Amino acid sequence: MATIEERPIGFGRLRRKEDARFIRGQGKFVDDVKLPGMLHGALLRSPVAHARIVSIDTSAALAHPKVHAVITGRDLEAQGLAWMPTMSRDTQAVLATDKVRFQGQEVAFVIADDRYSARDALQLIDVEYETLPAVINARTALAPEVPVIRDDKEGQQDNHIFAWESGDQAATDAVFARAEVVVEQDMLYPRVHPAPLETCGAIADFEPAAGKLTLWCTTQAPHAHRTVYALLTGLAEHKIRVISPDIGGGFGNKVPVYPGYVCAIVGSIAVGRPVKWMEDRSENLMSTGFARDYVMKGGIAATRDGKILGIRVEVIADHGAFNASAQPTNYPAGFFHVFTGSYDLEAAHCHVRGVYTNKAPGGVAYSCSFRVTEAVYLVERMVDCLADELGADPAELRLKNLIAPDQFPYQCKTGWVYDSGDYENTLRKALARIGYDELRREQAEKRMRGELMGIGIGFFTEAVGAGPRKHMDILGLGMADGAQLRVHPTGTAQLGISVQTQGQGHETTFAQIVAEELGIPPEDIDVVHGDTDLTPYGLGTYGSRSTPVSGAATALVARKVRDRARIVAGAMLEVSPEDLTWVKGRWHVKGDPEQGATIQEIAMAAHGSVDLPDGIEAGLDAETVYNPPNLTFPFGAYICVVDIDPDTAKVTVRRFLAVDDCGTRINPMIIEGQVHGGLTDGVGMALMELIAFDEEGNCLGGSLMDYLIPTAREVPDWETDFTVTPSPHHPFGAKGIGECATVGSPPTIVNAICDALKPYGVRHVDMPCTPSRVWEAMQGTGRPPQ
Amino acid sequence: MQVTVSVNGEEYTRYVEPRLLLVHFLRDELELTGTHWGCDTSNCGTCVVLMDGEPVKSCTVLAATAAGHEIRTVEGLALDGVLDPVQQGFTEEHGLQCGFCTPGMMLTARALLDRNPDPTDQEIREAISGQICRCTGYGTIVRSIRWAAEHATDEIVS
Repeated sequence: MATIEERPIGFGRLRRKEDARFIRGQGKFVDDVKLPGMLHGALLRSPVAHARIVSIDTSAALAHPKVHAVITGRDLEAQGLAWMPTMSRDTQAVLATDKVRFQGQEVAFVIADDRYSARDALQLIDVEYETLPAVINARTALAPEVPVIRDDKEGQQDNHIFAWESGDQAATDAVFARAEVVVEQDMLYPRVHPAPLETCGAIADFEPAAGKLTLWCTTQAPHAHRTVYALLTGLAEHKIRVISPDIGGGFGNKVPVYPGYVCAIVGSIAVGRPVKWMEDRSENLMSTGFARDYVMKGGIAATRDGKILGIRVEVIADHGAFNASAQPTNYPAGFFHVFTGSYDLEAAHCHVRGVYTNKAPGGVAYSCSFRVTEAVYLVERMVDCLADELGADPAELRLKNLIAPDQFPYQCKTGWVYDSGDYENTLRKALARIGYDELRREQAEKRMRGELMGIGIGFFTEAVGAGPRKHMDILGLGMADGAQLRVHPTGTAQLGISVQTQGQGHETTFAQIVAEELGIPPEDIDVVHGDTDLTPYGLGTYGSRSTPVSGAATALVARKVRDRARIVAGAMLEVSPEDLTWVKGRWHVKGDPEQGATIQEIAMAAHGSVDLPDGIEAGLDAETVYNPPNLTFPFGAYICVVDIDPDTAKVTVRRFLAVDDCGTRINPMIIEGQVHGGLTDGVGMALMELIAFDEEGNCLGGSLMDYLIPTAREVPDWETDFTVTPSPHHPFGAKGIGECATVGSPPTIVNAICDALKPYGVRHVDMPCTPSRVWEAMQGTGRPPQ
Repeated sequence: MQVTVSVNGEEYTRYVEPRLLLVHFLRDELELTGTHWGCDTSNCGTCVVLMDGEPVKSCTVLAATAAGHEIRTVEGLALDGVLDPVQQGFTEEHGLQCGFCTPGMMLTARALLDRNPDPTDQEIREAISGQICRCTGYGTIVRSIRWAAEHATDEIVS
């Protein structure tokens, strides 16, 4: 037996368990699955943004020798399946019946022997469209003369989806009225796309004899999807098994239920064979969950000496043709109302108007933490606009206004209770590490020479780990997560979790949590996830909720096992359990460390013949469901240095430092990886990524030739550091980290760009800050992107 | 049409449509699913394999074009159960998260190290710049490839 000192401690850098299969090319992604007799589906999509369907002729496609079936909206309508519920309690067409409402909308589904034939047959379907004017500009979507997109909805007279507000409008107006300084700024967080490298897809396998549907699917939320399919198809939920195998990146793109998944299910039931549907890249970019598209008018009020008093914002939120964003029911604008950021204010107010347009549906995706991304962008840009107005240093201005450590738990003016923070410490660490004063000196010298160098600062507070069930649900499903721990007689264990990794490394970090709590080495713990038949119920992985919610469930279920182990150990050692103490994976008699039993020895005894007290069952297995009492609020201080070529207006990110605080850190290597990935997203959004449309609603970002994603050449060597401020309510003090960098980096980069452009009098440039847009800003002719 | 392609040292003969892409030949005909598909436009590079030792995007190579050439895929990186230093480097330095771009990245790295055993970070970035990773932000991939360069002669047991 290893000595106590040698017993494993769970947390720390540990190579990932899941790597073994991926580096050998043995990952199992949905498209890698091949079932006997499997057929292939393909979707016919609308070439136009808004049109009435006059007729669909599928006869030529059906005559194709390799085609087994062609399904249209009318076929689905006959079964009541033409429309499905969205995660925002709207409806979305599975296959269009009356109109198409965005370019790329699903119109018909072909099932054929192979993927090439299925796509051949799409060309043989003849659809006659009567084109209608497209509504593309969210700013004018509510104007009276604009066509009504959702005329399928009874009583819908315009393109309004929702109006929502938070904060105290009267108090905020009063603060603004008496403030010495008020700065206002229009800004757009443009439409972008998560574009995971693996596109979305599914394989439906309906076995008629058993009445059981197995769906292999690219989903971040297998359990929630199972419930949706039960409600939608009428199949009993216990007859549906959703398997989410290895997922090639999700970033929120794989939370919604897509028409292709439903078509695969209907198709498998119709033809009696497994049906695979995998979208291509253009389908992914043009039809699946986009992100952002927030038109914002921000205001910030302050005293002349730089005390921020209030922030207000008016938002028009473009949700596309169907309100299909996946977010908690009570929060139609997600957690956008955390826009007060990291600052101690007197008043704040936001008003958000959601509108339909003839664009792809979605809105909450791309590592956005339910719209915290937009909120942080707004507040961090507004603080820099204020600094510009006051002629203040942006670091000093932030230090003057950050919430102080002794103010936590801090209730912000829109109601969030931030759990813990030591903001000034983190910002000062970042400033010292990057050599802020030296950078400012370098910048001053360069300005003398006409060179454009910018230093951007961003400080963010994230809100992750949704969420308390009484406030937060999706489609009526409370946002809790289960964990199930089975400890085998020989002391190895299996952990079943409801969340689903898409690269975050759950198989490693969740094993580390159990290891930390129980002293079973991580390599002896198998983490099972992504299969609804094998794992407990829960809402899945998005919004950085795995560690805050499911990680908490894992710690608590391990503690349940530990408590049972104490009783068993008492029986083994013939002492009262109260007389035992726990040290590193072992219960021993208080004051006598020699008298004890390891968790492994206890596991064998629990399954063996040791005489257990009355009422104590054999074994150590346990199960729990964790309902978080609050979100966790990770935070960070980011600093970016950019250089802009004055002749071409090309922006180069020279340095980027991220100092993150996500509370207790499970695996620093994985945390660093999460941060690096998010920073790269930030460079993409700030400089390159844009899903644009022309006036007719044609998508101009429908391939990776048009939708630009950073490569290794566009990003710097990331610099990272950290502070640790544990969450007081999380079982081991952890906060989420997955989306912090995606949230925090875009405003930091734009702040740096605007800082570089100060000599040109530029206060704001909308993303993506492409050379042409930066050039226009330098010429004073900048226009907001459409 | 009949094509014969050598993949990881073995010859495979199949009857295929002339339009069949190499990526689908590998995945669907040979069931070597370690090579992935990610876009239609030769931008993402998740489908990279080595053709006669040079990285190619197998979504833009016809199976018929590959006939008579030597293809190496991720399944052929480890030799006799011994991991390639590149494979070991990716796990040592956290060069992968979701694992989808990983096979293509590793093959490009292998080709780079074959012609330049001690590349600079900038040369590594240049070599992988035709490929996209959405998870790692590239820094750890650069470190992984450097690890492989520094451990080129180590015995790594699978």
